[in-house]
Amino acid sequence: MDIAWTALALSLKVAAWATALNLLLGIGTGYLLARTRFPGRELLDALLTLPMVMPPTVLGYYLLVLLGRRGTLGIWLQDNFGINLIFTWQGAVIASTVVAFPLVFKPARAAFEAVDGQLEQAARVLGISEMAIFFRVTLPLAWRGILAGVLLGFVRALGEFGATLMVAGSIPGKTQTLSVAVYEAVQAGQDDVANTLVLITSAVCIVVLLSAGRLAPGRIAHK
Amino acid sequence: MTLMMTPMQLDLDIRATLRSGKRRFDMHVQCTSTSQRIAVYGPSGAGKSMTLKAIAGLFTPDAGHIRLNGRTLFDSAAGINLPPQQRNVAYLFQDYALFPHLTVRQNVGFGLRRGWFNPRAREKLQKVEHWLAAFHLQELAHQFPDELSGGQRQRVALARALVAEPNALLLDEPFAALDPALRVKMRLELSQWQQRLDVPMILITHDPEDARILGEHVLYLRDGQIDSMEEHKALGERIG
Repeated sequence: MDIAWTALALSLKVAAWATALNLLLGIGTGYLLARTRFPGRELLDALLTLPMVMPPTVLGYYLLVLLGRRGTLGIWLQDNFGINLIFTWQGAVIASTVVAFPLVFKPARAAFEAVDGQLEQAARVLGISEMAIFFRVTLPLAWRGILAGVLLGFVRALGEFGATLMVAGSIPGKTQTLSVAVYEAVQAGQDDVANTLVLITSAVCIVVLLSAGRLAPGRIAHK
Repeated sequence: MTLMMTPMQLDLDIRATLRSGKRRFDMHVQCTSTSQRIAVYGPSGAGKSMTLKAIAGLFTPDAGHIRLNGRTLFDSAAGINLPPQQRNVAYLFQDYALFPHLTVRQNVGFGLRRGWFNPRAREKLQKVEHWLAAFHLQELAHQFPDELSGGQRQRVALARALVAEPNALLLDEPFAALDPALRVKMRLELSQWQQRLDVPMILITHDPEDARILGEHVLYLRDGQIDSMEEHKALGERIG
């Protein structure tokens, strides 16, 4: 049964890293798309949403082509930093990040757009710098919507299978995440292992979804 | 407490073309005034809001200049365009634009804190407490804007605007969101505050009563141009 807990720990680690990356990238991109005007803005939005609608295996293939030994980015990383992402847990983080990204930046954009621009103007006239306005007005008012998306992104990253398998493979204790371990257990006919893995996964997902549901609606958080 | 003010000098000459779809709106507003109480009056869509926003730095005209109390805020020929943060004017928004996530006390103290953090809910700054008392807001200090009535919100917005001792108070349709009885009361209150503090005021309104009671120098704006001006001193009661 050790394999189940190892897989859970790895899944949580990968999902946590992917979520941390998406928190930064999602808030940045969401704010950019909500508050600036530039040609091709909606095209960029559509491109960034692609991971949500494309089959994860296709995404995984793209990532392999890009990051693999003969990929442009892969060669560059190998030559300059000696980094190889394929068949590593860091590779699984990249795959999960890409797949979960639309679930984070879309709600972030909507949350920023819902913040009344007049409040930012009021803060400007009161002498507050643009950066401080972001942290004191915009972000606190958009925070709930952003957090709901971040939690969804976390669950999505936790359950990532297709792209992760393509990029990181299934090395027990190294890159074998929960969802990959479930697949392997069923393939190997280990029903008891599969049962445990499935129950753990379901429990974690339910807890996160319940927290997301509590955050999404309702009035603005005071403080 | 009286804010130390020299008489206001406003020198305004701005041009702008606004486009929205196929519609095109040209405005050219030009005026000078030394009055402490300027009212820009006119129908909606005449360019009043844009004029006021231009003075605050929230809207950049295509050309012209804006000088307030001898300080150039905007001059397209000289390439000057101070950001709103540096203009030291107070702006009262039509629906007050109070920060919904902050208490009354935090809202009033907002402009006094310059860093990346909002004033804390329990933090009592002397200036903030002074203005809370002046506007009878101490009892409400820990409440949030959505728990206040229209008149109370306006007082909070005024306190927030005045706490930084601005060079001028810009008011965008300050009474439009209030019911008629409250409107009469708040108009009088604002008039008294303006005189007591001696703070120059520029008000925009489509309500002739506002212009009559609060305006000393009334500019009538129509289709983006000043149609007429009149000066009438000593309208409204003078208070000490």
